Amino acid sequence: MTQDILREIIDYSNRADPYPLYEELRKTPVFHNGNGGPYVVSTYYEIQSLLHDPRISSDARNLKAAGDDPLGRSEEEGTTLPPSFLKLDPPDHDRLRRMTNRPFGPPHSPHRVHDMLGELGGLVSGLIEGIATTGNLDRIDLVDQFAYPFPVSVICRLLGVPREDEPRFHVWAETLAASLDPDPDADPAQHGKGAVDARMELGMYLAGLVEERRKDPGDDMLSQLATADGPDGSMTTMEVLSTSALLLIAGHETTVNLITNGMLTLLRHPEVLQRLREDPSLSVPIVEELLRYEPPVQLLPQRSTLSEIEVAGVTLPKGASLWLVLASGNRDPKRFENPDRFDPDRRDIQHLGLGSGIHSCFGAPLARQEAQLALSELARRLENPRLLEDPPPYRKNAVLRGPRHLPVACDAIRP
Amino acid sequence: MTGVGTHDGALERLKRDGRIVVVGASLAGLRAAETMREKGFAGSLTMIGDEPYEPYDRPPLSKQVLLGHAVADRTALPRRRAIDADWHLGVPATGLDMAARRVRLGNGDEVEYDRLLIATGVRARPWPNEEEGALEGVFVLRTRDDAEGLQRALAAGPRRVLVIGAGFTGSEIASACRERGLDVTVAERGAAPLVGALGGVIGEVAAEMHREHGVDLRTGVMVTGLEGGPAGRVRAAHLSDGSTVEADVVVVSLGAQRNTEWLAGSGLGAGPRGIACDAGCRAFDIRGIVTDDIYVAGDVARSPHALFGYQFLSLEHWGNAVAQADTAAHNMLSESSDRRPHLWVPAFWSSQFGVNIKSVGVPPMGTEILFTQGSRAERRFAAVYGYQGRVIAAVTFDQCRWLQFYEQQIETTAPFPPPFSTVDRRPEGNKPVPADFPDPSVPTHGPTITLSGYSPADRKMTFTPARH
Repeated sequence: MTQDILREIIDYSNRADPYPLYEELRKTPVFHNGNGGPYVVSTYYEIQSLLHDPRISSDARNLKAAGDDPLGRSEEEGTTLPPSFLKLDPPDHDRLRRMTNRPFGPPHSPHRVHDMLGELGGLVSGLIEGIATTGNLDRIDLVDQFAYPFPVSVICRLLGVPREDEPRFHVWAETLAASLDPDPDADPAQHGKGAVDARMELGMYLAGLVEERRKDPGDDMLSQLATADGPDGSMTTMEVLSTSALLLIAGHETTVNLITNGMLTLLRHPEVLQRLREDPSLSVPIVEELLRYEPPVQLLPQRSTLSEIEVAGVTLPKGASLWLVLASGNRDPKRFENPDRFDPDRRDIQHLGLGSGIHSCFGAPLARQEAQLALSELARRLENPRLLEDPPPYRKNAVLRGPRHLPVACDAIRP
Repeated sequence: MTGVGTHDGALERLKRDGRIVVVGASLAGLRAAETMREKGFAGSLTMIGDEPYEPYDRPPLSKQVLLGHAVADRTALPRRRAIDADWHLGVPATGLDMAARRVRLGNGDEVEYDRLLIATGVRARPWPNEEEGALEGVFVLRTRDDAEGLQRALAAGPRRVLVIGAGFTGSEIASACRERGLDVTVAERGAAPLVGALGGVIGEVAAEMHREHGVDLRTGVMVTGLEGGPAGRVRAAHLSDGSTVEADVVVVSLGAQRNTEWLAGSGLGAGPRGIACDAGCRAFDIRGIVTDDIYVAGDVARSPHALFGYQFLSLEHWGNAVAQADTAAHNMLSESSDRRPHLWVPAFWSSQFGVNIKSVGVPPMGTEILFTQGSRAERRFAAVYGYQGRVIAAVTFDQCRWLQFYEQQIETTAPFPPPFSTVDRRPEGNKPVPADFPDPSVPTHGPTITLSGYSPADRKMTFTPARH
């Protein structure tokens, strides 16, 4: 095992296909380069068990040396917002996640995601119409023209951002997303600055919106978060802000990649694309298999140990930084048969694509719905779609991995 | 056809054109049948069930059905695959002739088998006084019909419901009553609800839940008699403390009895605590010798478990029924060297008063308990049970996502008290306290796990040679 394998994983030149590196990594289920770096866990059962291990903390304040690690960068860095529940341990995590879930899912709001279906359909149709009217079907960028704008609009509708403000959200989202990509060539001071400004502006905008919603609440999530007064009490304004910022970032960064990775995979497997065209309900198993095969979140770099614990024969010291390489676990041959094969007919598919345990993906039902709809509609409406670049150019980020652009051509857009 | 899997091709013959009979057409029976077909069993498959319905799911009966959120006849179990079976529904099995390999049915028919799977499960323990139990308004809750009748009675708006026994089912019924806005009294012989399954420390938490939700909980009392009105309808119940509870609906929730009476005299090792089998689900005969052609799965089975001192465990657990059925079906169609042990870690869930309760392992074996995460006062916690210096079980209230970790702790016989720190450890989690299980010789409402290794009842069994 090369000592530099972590560098290689971060190295942009391996972004298009990190899977051979993961295969190498799995030879040492718990890898540590001995230089104070993270302990990297790459096999399915070990990751799965650590995700349920109460001796593992997600609270960045427990991490000793995350600062010099480009992947350990905190999403809230450089702001005064308190950490979102993504980076908290129980009981704070539980309380905030519970309160956020009340307006979002069962048992209190079982219909939220389902009721958005019509709206999602409208957004997807609108974006595909937009592609049709640009007239240039010889070169469509499925990221810029579809996969990027779609989830941002969805989050805006969910939070209750007025339509006229959506364009501003798109700009902030884009800037913040760019800041998540570690760029070794950029001046670090300059690199982060745009993000700090964007976060500040976004925070101020949201604060204004929260004030409005408190006076005149609607059915949207922001109103309900701002006015909630349940068994857990109510959220402070700062908590509302950090929670909605989390929903915005986590809610679309990942979905963009899920949809883009999905289309890329389908274009590489034309027989599956054809089946999906004939049977939209196949989008359900396709998205599940995609979450295994090309998960949008490749690894979780922010966990640490509260105690000395043993994993696969290796003793992790107390306070060690952990990377859980979900995408590698998903291709572990000890867990999945033919793991490198994209197979939507796979029956046994308990993947790690959405995490597991108390931090398992909060937006999973919505993300699934968005991706299923997006992929089945693209499959249905794009006539004879072709990949123009394979591999396409990727985003820099090794954690939230996906193509930056996905240039395709097609013959026509079906009505 | 020898019916015994040996290397002389008998197993292939069995799979091709053997006869397999499954007695018990519920969860375990159905899942076993599906597994057998999946493993390529092409012979004749007979399913025998005493209820007139196709296999249905029971957990919703004490929850959604009682709330009127689901209809009892819509709880049919989803089928994993077609099983192409010959169904005998509404017909109980009444006898077994081991030598002739025949099952006798209530309608006089006999069915021959090469392999038999017994999955007859349990039934609700009835009110001991038959006449009182027959009063209108007195219910038990086990079957679809029970649930439908009780649901109707609750929907009619009784002035008060009395639940006798505060085990999981009794507590779920009380919870459903409160959710429907009905006044409910719960009478429990033990010191607290759930005390037989989870011990006194957790029982105290459960008692708080009852009381906070407006249940009139009476503990340490027995119901000594039910009183009917002139129309043969239940009117009141008399308690051992001299008090009387007036109620229009009485639900008897005193645990379960194993359906083994039909095996009396068959020579199979079957008794009130279930049918003893080896870890591979093969039934023992009354001489303690393992049979080759009779298998057991689900609530009616008692099997030794390596993790729990090889004590015989009977588990009334949904997940156990599924896993054991799968193992039994696999072993029925395998050479002896390919057989698998059933080593499922007991796991159980309940939902009551808005709280999700789950347990793994065998809590009643535990002597001490430690709250490792969360807080008892908030009723959101994970707690582990200790037995002779190791973790033997765990329970969570609204914290089920951690349960997998505790299951691993049990499987790896991790030390107790746990020597590590965890997220959300509170000061109360620093010191174990006695788990406070009642004396096992005093019967309470049915615990969901029975440690039945050395039952005095077993000694009463007499050796009756099989019919020739």
